[in-house]
This record gives sequence, structure tokens and C-alpha cells, in this order.
Amino acid sequence: MIAAFDNFPALLLWLPLIGGILCFFIKNERNVKTWSLFSSIITLALVAVSLTYTDQKHYMLNEVKYFWLTDIGASFGFVLDGISRTLVLLNAIAFPLIFAATWNTKYSNSNSFHGLMLLAQCGMMGVFMATDAMAFYFFWELALIPTYFLASQWGGERRIQAAFKFFIYTFAGSLLLLIGILYVYLKTPDQSFAMLSFYKVKLSGDEQNWLFWLFFIAFAIKMPIFPFHTWQPDVYEQSPPAVTMVLSAVMVKMGVFAVIRWLLPVFPSAVKHFDSIVIGLSVTGIIYASCVAIVQDDIKRLIAWSSIAHIGLMCAALFTLNHAAVSGVIIQMFNHGVNILGLWIVAGLLEQQLGIRKISQLGGIAQKAPVLTILLVIVALANIALPLTNAFVGEFLMFNGLFGYSKYVAAFAGLSIILAAIYTLNMIKNVFYGSMNPISERVQEITLNQRLVLAVIVVLIFIVGVYPAPMFDLIRSSTDTLLSRIAAK
Amino acid sequence: MNVIILSAILGVIMMYTGVMSKNKSTARYVATAGILALIGANWLEFAGVNFFNIDTRGMLEFTSFGLVFNLIILVCTLVYFLLSGKDLEEVGANAADYFALIFFILTGIAIVSAFKTMLMLFIGIEIISIPLYILAGSDKKNLRSNEAALKYFLMGSFSTGLMLMGIALLYGATGTFYTDGMYLGLGNITVMKMAGLVLLMISLGFKVSAVPFHFWTPDVYDGSPTVFTSFMATIVKAAFFIAFLLLFENAFGRMHSEWQFAMALITAATLIIGNITAVFQQSVKRMLAYSSIAQAGFMLLAIFALNNIGKQGLILYTAAYSLPTIGIFAVLMRMKDYTYEGFNGFAKHQPLLAALLAVFLFSLAGIPLTGGFFAKYYMLVAAMKNGAMFWLVIIGVCCAAISVYYYFRIIQAMYFREGADPGIQVSEGFKTVLVLTAVLVIILGVHPDWLLHLLDN
Repeated sequence: MIAAFDNFPALLLWLPLIGGILCFFIKNERNVKTWSLFSSIITLALVAVSLTYTDQKHYMLNEVKYFWLTDIGASFGFVLDGISRTLVLLNAIAFPLIFAATWNTKYSNSNSFHGLMLLAQCGMMGVFMATDAMAFYFFWELALIPTYFLASQWGGERRIQAAFKFFIYTFAGSLLLLIGILYVYLKTPDQSFAMLSFYKVKLSGDEQNWLFWLFFIAFAIKMPIFPFHTWQPDVYEQSPPAVTMVLSAVMVKMGVFAVIRWLLPVFPSAVKHFDSIVIGLSVTGIIYASCVAIVQDDIKRLIAWSSIAHIGLMCAALFTLNHAAVSGVIIQMFNHGVNILGLWIVAGLLEQQLGIRKISQLGGIAQKAPVLTILLVIVALANIALPLTNAFVGEFLMFNGLFGYSKYVAAFAGLSIILAAIYTLNMIKNVFYGSMNPISERVQEITLNQRLVLAVIVVLIFIVGVYPAPMFDLIRSSTDTLLSRIAAK
Repeated sequence: MNVIILSAILGVIMMYTGVMSKNKSTARYVATAGILALIGANWLEFAGVNFFNIDTRGMLEFTSFGLVFNLIILVCTLVYFLLSGKDLEEVGANAADYFALIFFILTGIAIVSAFKTMLMLFIGIEIISIPLYILAGSDKKNLRSNEAALKYFLMGSFSTGLMLMGIALLYGATGTFYTDGMYLGLGNITVMKMAGLVLLMISLGFKVSAVPFHFWTPDVYDGSPTVFTSFMATIVKAAFFIAFLLLFENAFGRMHSEWQFAMALITAATLIIGNITAVFQQSVKRMLAYSSIAQAGFMLLAIFALNNIGKQGLILYTAAYSLPTIGIFAVLMRMKDYTYEGFNGFAKHQPLLAALLAVFLFSLAGIPLTGGFFAKYYMLVAAMKNGAMFWLVIIGVCCAAISVYYYFRIIQAMYFREGADPGIQVSEGFKTVLVLTAVLVIILGVHPDWLLHLLDN
């Protein structure tokens, strides 16, 4: 039925784009909020519908290619396969939740705020669906620009410097990526940017080795992987909560996703050559970030560092090229996005109500806000990847793969679970339990909309935790194709 | 040929307009109409209609490349007249003369986009340069304007001298002024021929302000009346580039490997020095002067690579660099404070202008969705396709990353900092033209093919 108009990838790009542009013209703050929530829910509904058309018969619905620059062999090509579906779904779920959770936050110029948010969503949709390196690069940058404006215009005192550092880092990374893309492009037999031409390209071992780093550094900055992570804690701390949620729930997944789609299958021999270095860096990052998280006194910075550790684990697991680990990573990208959203919502809530983020100044909140505490504890346990929660599924598979790769690596990376338990439980203990102090007296129970949002997140945590089979079905065939492609080359 | 003759005639007409009409604005209207006529004439020539049939004995050749270049130059001039025509009138008493000089410059530009002999190159470059010396010093009471004019004149005549010497040496070595004739005696590349080549490279390096021949640029651009800086830094600079490219392609194309390394060094130095110095500027006008050096570094990649993609890239670069720069200068002229702080809080008081400036700055920084991205893209592909000296490409992108720093400082000031109302007044017409310019920049950033397909004719 929807096919009569067009197909899903095109609609998924147009909806947030038009929704975002319209936002700029709405003057009333309430209307803007309603409109952006409405438009993001429509996008989510569309993604949900698209999930029912996944079989081969409806292939035409899920792939699209527009002629763009025929002279240079670039086209606007997009596809919804299993891997991109997972992330598109995450992107579509995250925005309504973010808008609902921050419903009561006041913004100056709220029309540009919401407009930019939806434009960022559009950019990320493009990144997750692109089958053309040029289109991929285009959207990769387009996702960055609104985020830069969002992070520098609204937020904490040091926001301008923090966001600018983020921008320069990522922009420098993407320019290296551009060089890499151009080099591969000139080597393709048919002078095309299409993904399949990139997969087919024949590169010598040396070429792969240095191209690998051009691509990897760009993606590593985005993820971020130690030692390219320095922008992240500052940006997460300084940005307004809604932007931090977008960044950590969806945007950092762009880096992991890009490795899966544009790095592993294009430079397989370099991947096998450098896997120990990347895994070494990732594991170092995991341990380092977890240790830093333990000593943080600021809730936001704690979550930021914990996110670095989690992403590091995903990156390490990817480079094992093990089937279980790669599926684990794809599922974990989704789960981590959902979980960290829950953590940020609570952190944002406390900051908004009490005006402080210092763990040492809080305490005993559970007495005043039991519902909030219960919901948070569930999210926090999912963050430590306890069985029955969604993260367990992903992390179990990733550790499985890492174990197959090397027992020592698995052991070191496994420390992260213990360390995660230390900092997360410590945070819960100090903030929510213990004795109440005058500051935390002022806390109020969460409002209905936040309760709903957290409830949705908790439901998602349990559904995926208990019955992850549908997600595996979704990604199975594209994971198989990916790994067989790498093995064949 | 249409443009060469008509713009020369229009130059004379403009001078008479100044005498005949007491109303200051008449000159502006006549000039705008004149530019429109030139665009039409150029288009007709493109379609094969020639008003004048003059036998130039092969000294001029009108290719689609040159004509498309002229088209871009004329459209940029039109935008320039529409945005800055009023400011141009206010520089001094002789508004009509300034317009006349600009038309003479256009004559020179049309010549250097079509020359086939060194003589025409020399004449074209001089026709461009001499009016510029006058324009630089047109603010007669201002010491800095006088300084700029004198400096420009001295440096310009010095480089012209070098050019003449180079042409003379080449004539001695090959016995011809025709650029195609330089291929004669290819087998033995003599010292005389190489010396001529080097002298030409240096003199054109002066003209396009390539490092290390760039020292005049910041002072001249900064000292000249802003309205003429805008013209010099965009349209004129692109014209010198086209001359540079055509000369080195036609005359020295087959000796590419002999001079490529020297060109790579000049390009790298221009990129690095231009970008790094721009970072430290406090005045936006001076920053734009250095940015024009930095952007020249990217355009030099086309001459370094000397292939078809590079030529297309230069066409695109001309449009994607000139249009935004003219737009930024047009707004800058209305500001009282030329420092970055002057832009503080600009977005709050002038939301539309701020958004348009942001688009222009994105284009200069080479962000996707604006023409600047594809301009840089073509230059990088051209340099990569050339195969040799990959390090130059790496330097290029590193410099592009640096350039973000100084372009985004304006965006930061406009959007993220608080400030007093700059109190600038702009008409609706000005806004409309600026919006259309921004739309052009975005169209170039989504579909550069539409412009480049013109080259296939």
C-alpha cells in the first residue's frame, strides 16, 4: 500500500527532513514540541511497517537508487537490510522517547532546536541506509552539522569549546575518510562509488594497510575508541540532555556501523593484519574508561566513560570476525542505545530538579521517588549486562567471540563487567540509597511522561533480554552475507 | 569574441554615463543592464551566434571551457553589482568610472580565457591589472588605500616585468609566441626554455598570490576599499587562475613532469601558510584575505594535476568560491566592526542574514551540501588521479580541516555568543539576491553536474 507512493528508504529520509524543516517555521513552543513528537512517531510507525516487509518478495520496497552524479559514478543509493534495519529502528525509537522525556525542558528558540534534532535524525537515517560511498559521506557530514549547532547553542558553560573540539575532531577524521573513499573509488573497475563496487575492488596488501587506517581513524573518532575519545566526556557533560541522548544512543553507533559496512568487507586482509592492534586499543580503552568511571563524581561523566567502555567492547568483538561476536555487536548496538537512553533520562532528571550532578552531594532519593529508583535500577542492571536483560544477550555473544579469538583478551575485556558493576552499583548506592540530605530532599517523583518513557525502555530491555530470537532473524542473513564476503576475499 | 568587444564598448559607455548623468544611481542601473547584455551575448556565442567575425590569426580561440568560465565570471559580477553596487557608489565621487574600469577588467578576463599566444596573455593580464591598481587606490583620502594601491602597483609591475622576460626567453628558445608552438624543440629542453617557464610560473604565482609570492595580498586586500577587495579576491583571482591553467596546459603540458614538482611545492606552501596564517587573524577582512590565499592553494591543485577533472574542478571552484565570498563581503561591508567580536549575537538580530552567511561559510569550508564540497572534491580527485605525490593530497585535506577553525569562528560568534545589535540596514532586494546566491551555492553542492555538463557542448 505504502509502496504505491514510494519505498521505505526514501520515505524514511524525507519524513524527518520535511518534519525538521517545517519545525523552523512554527512559532509556538508547544506546537513545535507536539509537531516534532508527532513527526518522529510517524517515522517510527513507518519503520514498524517496514519490518513486516522483509522477505525477498518485497525487495523492491527496501532498496532504492536515484541517479545523482552519473559522470563520477555516484548515486543516491539506499537499502534496508538486516543490519541497517536494526539501527534505523534504534534511530526511530530513540527520537520519540527523547522528545517525550524532555517534554518539560524549556529551550530558547525551541523551533530551531527541534528542527535541528529532526535534521540530525534524517542525517543518521541516511548513514545507516546508504549503499553508495558518496551518499554515505554526504550524510555522515550532514548528521554532524545539526549536532554541532545543537551542542553549541544550548547547554552548559563550556559548551562552545567542547562542541567545537568535537566538530574539528570528527571533521578531520571524515576528511581522512574522504581521501580513503576517493582512493578506493579510483581503483574500482567501473569508477563507481557503489557499495558493491567497493566490495569487489582489488587492492594490494600495502594499499589496504594504509587505507585501513584512513577509514578506521575516522570511525574510531566517532565511536570513540581509545585514544581518540578525548572529545566525548566534555561534550556529553556540556550538551543539553536531549542532545547527549542523541549522541550517545544513536550517533556513536554510526562509527560501529560504518566499520561493519565500509571497513571490514572492503579491506579484509588489512583487518586480519591489524586486528590485534585494534583489539588491543579497544581493550585498553575498556579498562581505562571503566577505571576512570569508577572515580567520577559527576553522574554525566560517569555515564560518558561507561559508554566508552561499552563501545570499546563492541569494537574489539567486531575485529574477531567471529559470527557470534558480529551478531552480538549488531544486537548490542541496539540494546546499548536503549539502555543508555534510560540512564541519561534519569541523569537529566536529577540535574533538572536539583541542579547538581555530583554523586557525593546526593543520597537517599529512593525514599522520595521509589518508582524512579526501581526503573533506574533495572536500566542500570541492564547496563551491567545481567542475565534476563537485553545487554546480556549481546555481551554474551561478544565475549563468546572474544574467547574464541584469545583467552587472554577475553579475560581482560571480561574485567569490564566487574568494573561496570562497581561503578554502576556505587552510583546507585550513593545517589538513591543511604541517608537523605537537604539537597535530595527536594527531589520529586517522576512525571507521567517520564514514567512512560522509562517504562517503554524497561519493557524493551526485558523483551530483548528474554526473547531475542526475532532480532536474530532480522540480522541473520545480512550477517551471513557480510562474513562470507570477508572470508571469500 | 562577443564579450571582449561588447564589454570594452560598455566600458566606454559607462565613462560617458558619468559625464552625462547627474544622478549617481544611473551608472549602477546601466552597468547592471550591461552585465545582463554581456551574459546574453556570451550565451549566444555559446549557441554559435557570433556578432563579430574578426580574423585573429589563431591568437584567440573560444572554447566551451573559456565560455563557461566567462559565464560564471559574468554571473558573479552580476551578483556583485546587485549586492554591492550601492557601496561601490559610495567609495568616491566617480562611481561611473569604477563601473567602467570593471568592464575593462571583464574585457581582459575574456581575453585570458581564450588566448593562444603569449602576446594575448600579456595584453589580457595587463588589461586586468591596470584598472585594479586604480580601484585599489580609489579611496583617495585614505592612507591605507593609497598604500595598497602603491604596493599593488609595484608588485604588479615587477611581476609583469618577469612575465615579459619569460616570454622573451621562450620566444628565443622556440621562435614563436603561439602557445601550441612551445612544443617545438621538445626533445631537448634547453636552459633558456626552462628559465622562461620558471619566470612565467613566478609571475603568475604573484598574480594568483601563491606562496612565496603572496606578501602583497593581505595588505592590498586589507587596505583597499572593501567593495573592491571583494572583486579582487574572487573574480579577478579566478581569471588569473584560468590564464595560469591555460598557459601551462597548452604551452607546457607535455613537459608536465619537468615542472610538476615545483608546482607541488608551491601548492603545498600556499595551502599551509595560507591556512595557518588565517587562523591567527583578528579581523574578518584580513582573515578573508588569507583565506583567499588558502583557497588559491586548492585551485593550484588543478594546475598541478593538469587533467580534465582538474579543469572541471577549476570551473566549479570559481563559482563555489566566488559566490560565497562576494556574499560574505557584501554583508561585511555593512558592518561597523570588522573583528570577529563584531559578529557576536548576529543571528539574534539578523536571523536570515546569519543563516545565509552560515551557508556561505560552509561552502568555503567545503562542507557537503554546498558547492565548496564538490569544488574541493574535484580538486582532490584530480590530484589523486594524477598519481604522483600523494602527500600533497594529504596536506590538502589537513588544511581543509584547519580552515574550518577560522570559518567557524564567525559562525560561533553569530550563533553562540551574545552581542549588541550590529545595527545594519539591508533592503528587501539585497536579501532576495543573497537568498538566490545561497540557493545557487546549494544547487552546486547537490548537483554540480548541471554546471559541468555545459562544458560538453
